[in-house]
Amino acid sequence: MTYSPVIGLEVHVELKTLSKMFCGCPADHFGKKPNTQTCPVCLGLPGALPVPNKKAIDWTLLIGLALDCQVNHHSKFDRKHYFYPDLPKGYQISQYDEPLCVNGHLTLSTSEESKATSEVTHSGSSDGENRVRINRVHLEEDTGKLIHAEVDGEKVSLVDFNRSGVPLVEIVTEADIHGSAAAKEFVKKIHQLIRDLGVSDCDMEKGSMRLEANISLSKDGTLPPYKVEVKNLNSFRFLGRAIDYEIARQKELLTRGQTPPQETRGWSEAKNQTFAQRSKEVAQRSKEEAQDYRYFPEPDIPPLVFSKEQIDAIRAKLPELPQMKAARFAKAYGLKPSVVTILTKTQASAAFFEAAVKEGQKVSLPPTVIANAMVNQRQAFKNPEDLVRHLQTQTQEKVSDKITLRQFIDQVITAHTQAVSDFKAQKPQAIGFLIGQIQRLSHGKADGKLVHQLLLERLESSR
Amino acid sequence: MSLNKLTLTQAIKNLQAKKCSAFELVKACLDQINRYDSKIHAFLELNQDALKEAKLADNQRRDNSSPLLGIPIAIKDNFLTQNLPTTAASKVLEGYLPQYESTVTRKLKEAGAIIIGKTNMDAWAHGSSTESSDFGPTLNPWNTQFLPGGSSGGSTAAVAADMCIAAIGSETAGSIRLPAAWCGVTGFKPTYGRVSRYGVIAMASSTDSPGPIAKTVEDCAFLTQIIGGFDPYDATSSSNPVPLLTLSKAKVKTKLKIGLPKEYLEAMNQETKALVHEAIKVLQNQGHVIEPTSLISPKYAIGVYTIVQRSEVSSNLSRYDGIRYGQDRTKFGEEAIRRIMLGTFALSSGYYDQYYSKAQKVRTLIIEDFNQAFKKFDLIINPPSPGPALKIGASKNEPLFGEMQDMLVEPSSVAGLTGVSLPGGFVDGLPFGFGFVGPQFSEDKVLNIAHQYQQATDWHLRKPQL
Ligand SMILES: [Zn+2]
Repeated sequence: MTYSPVIGLEVHVELKTLSKMFCGCPADHFGKKPNTQTCPVCLGLPGALPVPNKKAIDWTLLIGLALDCQVNHHSKFDRKHYFYPDLPKGYQISQYDEPLCVNGHLTLSTSEESKATSEVTHSGSSDGENRVRINRVHLEEDTGKLIHAEVDGEKVSLVDFNRSGVPLVEIVTEADIHGSAAAKEFVKKIHQLIRDLGVSDCDMEKGSMRLEANISLSKDGTLPPYKVEVKNLNSFRFLGRAIDYEIARQKELLTRGQTPPQETRGWSEAKNQTFAQRSKEVAQRSKEEAQDYRYFPEPDIPPLVFSKEQIDAIRAKLPELPQMKAARFAKAYGLKPSVVTILTKTQASAAFFEAAVKEGQKVSLPPTVIANAMVNQRQAFKNPEDLVRHLQTQTQEKVSDKITLRQFIDQVITAHTQAVSDFKAQKPQAIGFLIGQIQRLSHGKADGKLVHQLLLERLESSR
Repeated sequence: MSLNKLTLTQAIKNLQAKKCSAFELVKACLDQINRYDSKIHAFLELNQDALKEAKLADNQRRDNSSPLLGIPIAIKDNFLTQNLPTTAASKVLEGYLPQYESTVTRKLKEAGAIIIGKTNMDAWAHGSSTESSDFGPTLNPWNTQFLPGGSSGGSTAAVAADMCIAAIGSETAGSIRLPAAWCGVTGFKPTYGRVSRYGVIAMASSTDSPGPIAKTVEDCAFLTQIIGGFDPYDATSSSNPVPLLTLSKAKVKTKLKIGLPKEYLEAMNQETKALVHEAIKVLQNQGHVIEPTSLISPKYAIGVYTIVQRSEVSSNLSRYDGIRYGQDRTKFGEEAIRRIMLGTFALSSGYYDQYYSKAQKVRTLIIEDFNQAFKKFDLIINPPSPGPALKIGASKNEPLFGEMQDMLVEPSSVAGLTGVSLPGGFVDGLPFGFGFVGPQFSEDKVLNIAHQYQQATDWHLRKPQL
């Protein structure tokens, strides 16, 4: 019996706005002294009211648009209720049935996917293209943080509210992912995309990007009757391992005729496996009860309405995204896909390349030369001008100085008759020695390829 | 006349003309409290620094033009005050000293007012009697056998008993207008969003409206001018500027067209109906045109209000989880527990569509109904209560007591309108409240006609025998 993995991902990203989602406290909480960045609003004190951060809303729309989502013209915030000490109001302000953005997608490279899960049918993608559909992109507030410590010999749980109310974007995919390789590629792409947008650091060690996977196995491509949620995955690697582990674990259960229980599991780095976990939202709740967050529209915040003009204005702020950029580089500069991938890996390297191309035009330096130099680059250049200047000197000497090179060759051949005899006696190391001598004379500026060619010509002709 | 009996307008004039000092004014109010509050129980907490602050105000008077400088004002105990414990009359918050100041009290203090004390209320503002306060009921100054109404009953009783010059209350549905009616004072509910809710312990967020309680309409207008306006800390506060609420005949249309909804009149008894008709005559004599009309029966607003309010209450009270404010959840009173249970049920999955969602649809219909009415009429006559105060104990074993008593003000609250309650006669020695409602942000119109009515009557000048 073959089973195909059905995987959906939830990615949480903390936005790096200056202030928190609903108050004026600084949003940058990492490493700060506990409870020094709080106010009545993010402490949930009586009478305090949330006032939404416009920039956080705009940035969430930007993420949604970058993922080809539709922006809901009417959106709102909702209250999601559950009790936990790090949630001071007893509810989290989130979004339920009218998220800011819906129905987007992100395209993965097909080859990697099919390699990883060859046995799998691609139920999520319609046209052979490996598309992961984005169900929604919504905005909510982060919770405080519990710290379990010992104070005066007593085990205590402390709450730090510095993180409480930090804007948190949740990206939810459809279950269109069918293996760990594709899942990793997806989150890496999201990571890069959001960093390119400049709206989050996506630093998984600092918790500004968090991953969750919903994993189940399908027989005959039908939707499985259960779902296992793996939470708190704080690296791409752990995401991949957790998925592989779950696939194996669930397969074993299914083979034995059992249905894996619907549950939330954590990831143990030490044991390299997932484990059943009572997540904070389901604590105190028996298995039979469905999750009930008693969502209702947040009465403290008026509904959000976006006009087409507002959405267009945000769309205009979208930088060129990696996929678009890669396509343009390949077409406009005639570059190979492998080269394009390297150049567009970061916004910075792509920008460096384009600046260098522009600079290179002035001296008729072709983009391919610049691209190759960057890809094979051993030496780092401070700015595109330096790179172009360097390449220019290199190529100028290579092309125009055949006469000088021939003079060097003649000098070397005259001075090292032994090496010339060795060459004629089919000793291959002789040629390397001679080239080295020529480089010495040229102070290393001679084009190795050209020297090699000219030297061979000279030696052959004198044989 | 004793200084504590002055209206706000009179007190300001007296202070400015140096006919009295703030110290004397505050002292007169404190004396009145000391003399009678053991009987009335309008206050939960007194400001021990009030006299000191009054002296300071007197010293500042020469170079200070703050409009309320030295005026003692009583504040309902659901407004956070930094130097005074704030409990919303619930034992859950007993001894809670707020870390910040509500926008309303901040504005009052900035205007020079002295907060004389915090007034009693139904615990968490859940009720219309002030009988459900966890710290004991407030009694009606006109007759201590009777309820003051609620939930701002402490504030209205304090004004009626001249224990302060004016007071602040809050209304979710009737909590200013009903106790104002039962205590024979003037209570004004501004449009939802006109006055900031920041720092007011939330009851039902989508209808909570802070407002003034005073001895005259003029005083209410003066206070609304000060506490109203956009607040960057309240996303639901309106950026619509507060109109100049100066009351003068010249500013208003001389002839207003006023609707008299027959559904509201039907809820009243013989005696109170007669008082309404008497009030109508006064208005007609002033040249206004009163015409009968029909509105959606207020009984439908009860259902809407009950569902929306209980849902919001269950959510708003979840922050008192026993972890932070020193008291655990066993301190919640019966009424609060009932509301939490009902609201939690109404929001549960599977019931949301049947209850909350349907209630919001009916709410939209009620709003639309008023919109239609205001196409024909400038204002609507709306006495806040079918009759005068009920006896102590009336709210016991009556889970929907508040909703029934507030029936006549619930439609306007659910629609976020502005309304006023002002003395309009007496029934068996107890005050009866007359009133109007107007479209959103029509404060000037509502206050002006109420002022005209008050100029022509003397019900508001009568005082209870304490
Ligand atoms: Zn804050």
